[in-house]
Order: sequence, then C-alpha cells, then structure tokens
Amino acid sequence: MQSLIWLAIAIPLASAAFLLVAGKRADAWGHWVGVVASSAAFLVGAGALLEMLGQDAANRATTLTLWEFIPGSDLNVNVGLLVDPLSITFVMLITFVGTLIHFYSVAYMEHDVARRRFFAYLNLFIAAMLLLVLADSYLLLFFGWEGVGLASYLLIGFWNHRNEYATAANKAFVVNRIGDIGLIIAMGMMFAAFGAVDFTTVFAEAPEASTATLTAIGLALLLAACGKSAQFPLQSWLGDAMAGPTPVSALIHAATMVTAGVYLIVRSAPIFNGAPNAQLVVAVVGAITLLLGAFIGMAKDDIKKALAASTMSQIGYMMLAAGLGPIGYAFAIFHLLTHGFFKAGMFLGAGSVMHAMNDQVDMRRFGALRGVMVITWVTFGLGWLAILGIPPFSGYWSKDKIIEAAFVGEGWQPWVLGGAALIGAGLTAFYMSRLFFMTFHGKARWTDDVHPHESSPLMTVPMIVLAVGSAFLGLFMATGDRFTHFLEPVTGHAEHHDPVIPIPVIIALTLALVIVGAAVAWMKYGRADVPETAPAGSLATITARNDFFQDGVNRAVFQRPGQHLTRTLVYADAAIVDGAVNKQAHGWARLGEASRKLQTGQVRSYAATMLVGVVLIALIIVVGGL
Amino acid sequence: MTAMSFVYLAAILFAIGAAAVLLRRNAIVAFMGVELMLNAANLVLVAFSRMYGELDGQIMAFFVMVVAAAEVVVGLAIIIALFRARQTISLDEPAELKG
Amino acid sequence: MVSEVLFWIVAALTVIPSLALLFAKRPVHIAMSIVLVMVGLAAAYVGLGAPFLGVVQIVVYTGAVMMMFLFVMMLVGVDNAEDMRETIKGQKWIGFLAAGGLGILLISVIGDASIEPRLTDTVGNPEGVAMILFSEYVLVMEVLGFLLITAAVGALVLTHVPRLTPRRTQVELQAARVLAGANPVNKPMPGVYARHNALDVPALDPQGQPIEESVSRVLEIRRQTQDGQEFRAQLEDTDNPDHEARPHGAPSRDADTRNTRDGEEPK
Repeated sequence: MQSLIWLAIAIPLASAAFLLVAGKRADAWGHWVGVVASSAAFLVGAGALLEMLGQDAANRATTLTLWEFIPGSDLNVNVGLLVDPLSITFVMLITFVGTLIHFYSVAYMEHDVARRRFFAYLNLFIAAMLLLVLADSYLLLFFGWEGVGLASYLLIGFWNHRNEYATAANKAFVVNRIGDIGLIIAMGMMFAAFGAVDFTTVFAEAPEASTATLTAIGLALLLAACGKSAQFPLQSWLGDAMAGPTPVSALIHAATMVTAGVYLIVRSAPIFNGAPNAQLVVAVVGAITLLLGAFIGMAKDDIKKALAASTMSQIGYMMLAAGLGPIGYAFAIFHLLTHGFFKAGMFLGAGSVMHAMNDQVDMRRFGALRGVMVITWVTFGLGWLAILGIPPFSGYWSKDKIIEAAFVGEGWQPWVLGGAALIGAGLTAFYMSRLFFMTFHGKARWTDDVHPHESSPLMTVPMIVLAVGSAFLGLFMATGDRFTHFLEPVTGHAEHHDPVIPIPVIIALTLALVIVGAAVAWMKYGRADVPETAPAGSLATITARNDFFQDGVNRAVFQRPGQHLTRTLVYADAAIVDGAVNKQAHGWARLGEASRKLQTGQVRSYAATMLVGVVLIALIIVVGGL
Repeated sequence: MTAMSFVYLAAILFAIGAAAVLLRRNAIVAFMGVELMLNAANLVLVAFSRMYGELDGQIMAFFVMVVAAAEVVVGLAIIIALFRARQTISLDEPAELKG
Repeated sequence: MVSEVLFWIVAALTVIPSLALLFAKRPVHIAMSIVLVMVGLAAAYVGLGAPFLGVVQIVVYTGAVMMMFLFVMMLVGVDNAEDMRETIKGQKWIGFLAAGGLGILLISVIGDASIEPRLTDTVGNPEGVAMILFSEYVLVMEVLGFLLITAAVGALVLTHVPRLTPRRTQVELQAARVLAGANPVNKPMPGVYARHNALDVPALDPQGQPIEESVSRVLEIRRQTQDGQEFRAQLEDTDNPDHEARPHGAPSRDADTRNTRDGEEPK
C-alpha cells in the first residue's frame, strides 16, 4: 500500500474538486462522497501502516517519487512522497480523526444549505494536510502548508455572511502569511546553503553546515511553525478562528493543522540538532505559549474560545518538547497524537452541547447538562481526564513525559522550562475543570428557549470513538515505549538523562498540582453558584479575558509602525522613484505638446521649416568652414 | 563679364522662387515658384558647362527639363484632383497634416 | 566671353518678371511673367553656347509647361485674384528672411568660389549634345522615356473621374424633357429691331405684347434685358441730338438703362 499512498491525497482532492463543480444536484448525497473519500484515504493510510509494521525498523522510510517538479536547473525538485513512521503517524491521525469528524459533520451540518461545499473544503483540507506530512521536500511541504492555510481560511469564513466571521478568516489568513514568509526564507537559505530543498539532501548536509546557518534556518522555520501553530507571538488568530463550524475547530484548529508547526520542527530535527540556540528559542516560545494559553483559558466564558486557548497551551507543550531536542521529539509527537484525540473529542462534545443549546457558546448559560446529555458528558469527561493528565488516561502518558524531559539539562534551563511545564499542568487542570464543571455540573442556568437533548448517533458515535482513544491510546502507545521506538528512525535515539528532580517527585508534584487545580475549580464553579453574567473581575482576569490584549499589542507594535513604514515607502516610491519617472515622462509629454504646435498642418509652414533648416545648415557649413 | 555672372543671376532667381513657394497660397503659383527654382539650377548647369567647356552640364540641364516636364504633368494633375475634391487650390485649406 | 549686353538684357528679362511671383495678384499675370522669364533664360542658354537647350527651353517651358499651367488655371477659375494678406503668423517675415538669407548665402559662396574658366569656348551644338546623349547617357534617355510615360499615365489616373451612371443618349434626354412637361416646340426667337442686334429685347406677339420667354434666361439673370415698350420709345426719340453724339453704334439710351454686371465699371 505504500506505493499507493498518493491515492490518500488524490482521492480527497478529486472528491473536493467534484463536490465543488458538481452543483446543486449533488446537494442530497454529496456529503457522503466526502465521507467515502476521507474513509478511503484512511484505508490507504492504514494499509501503508500495516505494510510498514511488517518491515524492519531500519527500512521503514520509503520515498516515492511521482514526477519531476522543477527539473534540470540548479534547484532540482521532484514531487515525491516520504512514507516513514513520522509521516504515517500523521496520516493515521489525520485520516482517522478526519473521517470521524466527516461522519459527525454529516449530522452537525444537516441544516446548512451549503453542506456540500463544507465537505468539499473538508476534503480539500484532508488532501492538503496529507500532502504536507507526506511531502519529501520543503517545497512540496509548502504546497500542503498553503493548501491547509487555504482550507482553514475557507472554513473559518464558511459563514462569511457574518462580517466578524469573514474578518476572523482574513485575520487567520494574514497571520499565517507571516509564518509562511518564514518558511519561504528558510527554503531560500537551505537552497543557498545546501543547494537543495528536499529532506534527504538537506538532512544529509546539515551536520556539516555552520551553526549560524542552521540557527538562522531554524529560527525561520520556527517563525513558520509559530504562524501555523498559533504560538507566541503569532497566536492571535486561533481564538477568532473559532468562528468556523465546530467540526472545523475540532479537526483543523485542534487536532491536525495547528500541529503542523510541531511536525515541521520535528521533521527538521537534523537542522535543530545542530543549532542549540534555535532549539532553546523553540522551547522558550513553547513555554511562553503554554502559560499564555492557560491564562487565557482560565478567563474565557466562550466554550470554544476556552478550548482554543487550551489548544494553544497544549501545542505550547509540544513545542517545548520539540525544543528539547532528541529526548523531546517523540514525546512532542506522542502528545500531539493523544491531544489530537482528546481535544477533537472535546470539541465535538462542545459542538454537541452547542447543538443542544441553540448554538450558544457562553458557559455561564450552561450548567447541569450531565443529566440530559449523558453520552456527551461521559465522552467529554474522558477527554477532560486525559488532558488533566490523570493516570491512566492518554494525557498522562504524553504530558508527564514532556514535563520530565523539560527538567533535563543544566543551568537555569531545566528549572525555568520544567517549572513552566509544571505550573502549566496545574493551570490546565484548573481551566479545563472550570470548563467541564461550568458546562455539565452546577445548576442549570439555561436561557428560557433552550431544550437540551442528546445528539443523534451520527454525532455521538465519533465522540465515543474519540473518547475511547482519549482513554486508552496513551496507555497502549506508552507500554514498553512502543511509540518512542516506532519513531526512533526519524527522531533519533535519545540518551537517557536524569532530570534535575527525581522522576517520582515530578510525577507526584504534577499530580498534586493537577488535583489542586481541579479542586479549586470544583469549589468555585462546581459547588458554588456561577453568576449568569461575568463579574467585573480583577485586572489579571480582564487581561486574560482579552487575550492579553494581543490584538492591541499587535496593532501597536506591528500594524501601526508597519502602516507608517508602508506609507513612508509608498510616499517615497511615489515621490522619488515614480516622481523621477513621471517627471521625465511629463517632460517628454510637454516636449511633445510643444512640438505638436509646430505641426500646424500648414504646408507652407513646413516648407518654411525646411528652407530655414537648409539655410541654417548651409550657414553652419559656410561660416564654420566645414 | 564671364559666365559666372549667370550663376549670380541664378542664385537670385532661386531665392525668388523659394520665396514664392513660401509666400503664395495659390498652389499653381507656388508650383511656378518651384519651376523657377528648377530653371535657376538649369542656368547654373549651363553656365558651368560654358565655363568648363564641357557638354555634360548641358546634358544634365536637358535631363532636368525632361524630369521637370514629367513633374509638372503629375503636379498639375494633383492640383486638379485637389480642386475637384475641395473646390479650392489654396495651400492653407488642406490642413489635414495637422498634428 | 559672354556679351555684357546680353547678360544685362537677360537679367532684366528674368529678375523683373519673376518678381511677379511674389507680388502679382492674378495667376494669369504671373504665368505670363514666367513665360517671359523662360524666354529670357532661353536667350541666356543661347548666349552661353547652348543653342539646343535654348530651343528646348522655348519649346518645353514656354510652349508646353506654361501653357499647361494656363489650361489648369482655366479649369480651376482664371480670374480669382489671390488675397495677398498673410494668414499664417510670421510666415511673410520667415519667408522673406529665409529666401533672402538663402540668396545672400548662395551669392557669398559663389563669390568665394575660385573657378579657373577654361577658355576653350566650345560652342555647344545639337550634334555634340546628341553624340553624348546617345552614347554615354543612352540608358538615362531610356529611363527618362519610362518616366515620361509613367507621368502621363499617372496624370490620367489622377484626373480620371469614373462615370457612375450610364451615359444618356440624346433620345433619352429628349424623352425625359417631354415627360417633365417641357414645351416640345422651340421657344420664339427674341425680337429683332432694325437698329439693334436685340438679343435682349423680347419678341412681340400678334397683339403687340412682349413674349418674356423669347429672351435668353441668362440675360434675364444678368438683368440685361429690356422690354419692347422702352425700346420703342427710344426709337421714336432718334432725332434727339444727344444720342447722335455718342460714338457707340448702339442706341444711346440703351447703355444708360442697362444694368451692368456687379463689380464692373459701367461703360
């Protein structure tokens, strides 16, 4: 099946194209085409995985060259797919969760007139995301990168008749472009340094390159990753991206696309291994984002935005792990995988809740949904336990490893990074519990017109599947370090280092913090009454509620100076560059106007001109003695 | 009095012909100015032929005459065509050459 | 050597009439002046020892070219005197200055030139010219023949107006006139009186009344007609001595009563 892996990309792509051009006659059944296409991609991926598992660990990377993309020049790029443990992991995550969400969307989008278009975009996303993870060169990866950006833009703005949704889509698009510039710059530097942009050549030559080059490339890649994965300082778009339909938030803005930055960093491991400073920056960015996201998550009342902040925070964990080097790569991907399951499950649960509550998102008007939505409550609860890191649920196995790895090292780094990860765990416990209790426990604070009910099986079954994954995937993968060994051909073998604090102490501390966080949340939001309108709150609350004023900061730090710079440049361009050209052109035009006056149309004037010219020339010849 | 005097005379006639072309609006008159200029040139040719004692100058003058005859035929035909088209032969009228 | 008398005669005969190009108003006058110039130049050619060219000059220029100019003038209107006021600003000054400058320049150059005349004084003769023309320059002669034919055809093409409707025969014209209601018979002749050729006097019908249509319409438009009554009165007045004194053969009162053409001096 590995040689047929291109089908996994081609089928959803063809389905997307078909759904877009099929028109209204496909409205009744078009969504099933999308579901089938996504399922087919999953089957292809599963076949490839099985084939890979049958091979030796050393031979698990297969490159499949499809055709020459840019032949013959200095830059020789083939369109090729790389199937190795890392990419197949992503393929499985994307197609499995994607297919579940396709099923879920059939019910969720049932009453939307543009359901066919929605599935076309979803399929386009699946195809682009698979292209991103399967590409064997940065250039092809960039195509997938832009493709998921496009699909994300289209899906965030899916209800673009609402002005603020369209604005949110634009915001995501623009912020992502900043990251894309980083990727383009990185590719340019790779071409300059190695003369190629395919993984094989670049990774083979990376160890010989200078640290400065690798650091520069690494930082450019980090910029790209920050844009795509909503990491500090390019995190501002993710909260607004919740404008898209909830399945989109689950698939793109929780499980898959936003983790593409982590994939990029892990995939570029040979580059980062040679650039410790870049790695440190990655880890610091991850640490900042995980705390930032956690703080924002604690203050949000909008269930989707709280989940988005949580996503940001969890990806911060992954970035932190990716920045730790070989000991963290596998855990980053591991956490990515488990996070993909439990966060997608929780988003689907949130969608189910919204479905029941007439699309309301304010958690202060939820409460006591445990009784009416049992399946949602149970599945969401499993996701909640997973993200909290309670053993033996999935999150424990991945997040705890990251915290342990963060404490490895020398000097101030383990204390700062590990401390951030540890505090983050406690904060996560608080805000996720707050979300969970506010939604499902306490008193019913419903608005009068809602009549909550459990969702249809088409929606609950995917949630159940994901909840099972949230519960047991981590245990399955972590047993005997199964997943770490699986990824070892890509991420490299990590030497075992002892953290600065003994591992049992770390585990105990983490669990203690988690329990404290959850308990505080229970006290404040589970047992106590939750006001139906948000209290004024302290300065810290307001700051977090407003996403640390990220938009204002962006506006003041980037947008305004950027605008001024642009205006100055435009002015300079108009005045100096254009000015010179235009002045010259005006001069010629005026000369033309002047000489047009000479063109009177009078034959005799022409004759006079000729004669005067003859006399002048003769005069010059005679007087000048030529 | 040598043949050179005729060259001076030719220069004067040539200038008068040129002035006529510039100053007269009537196409026929301007055309006669052109003819006068041609004849002035002919006079120079003949005078030099006399001075050098060669006949080639005369031959040239003869050719000029023939060509002038042909030119007059075509030129007058053009004037007639112009008159038919515009009911005038004023050189100021056909201002279609205006830029 | 060239006769000084000849030169001055030629100079006077060419420069003075050629000034008509600049100052005369009527094209016909100018054309006749140029004829004079051409004759003067012919004389100069003969005096410069080129009798053949002198003859050709007379034949081609005065005989053919200038006559053709006159024909064209007749075609486009002989008597429209040109308005000498200049319409293009500054054209007069530019024209005079440029032409004058050209003349002065040419004369100064000629004055500077030092040509040593070879006084062989060979007189150009038709035989000598013919010998060179048909030996050295025979090819040029042939080409000139082509040129002349081309010019002739070109002139035909330029002046030819294609007929757009079929030519109507006299029979058709007559039929059309009758259909249009014209009188099929001739109009009566104008009245004839003994002392006048009387084309401008209408005939009298048997009742003694003048017939208006017996007088040419052209004369009517020119208002050169008279009626019979007035003329009869003049006839009866013949013994008036005033009329006898007039040198004209026509009746004296005739001229006074006639309305002359606009713009012409009454005779």
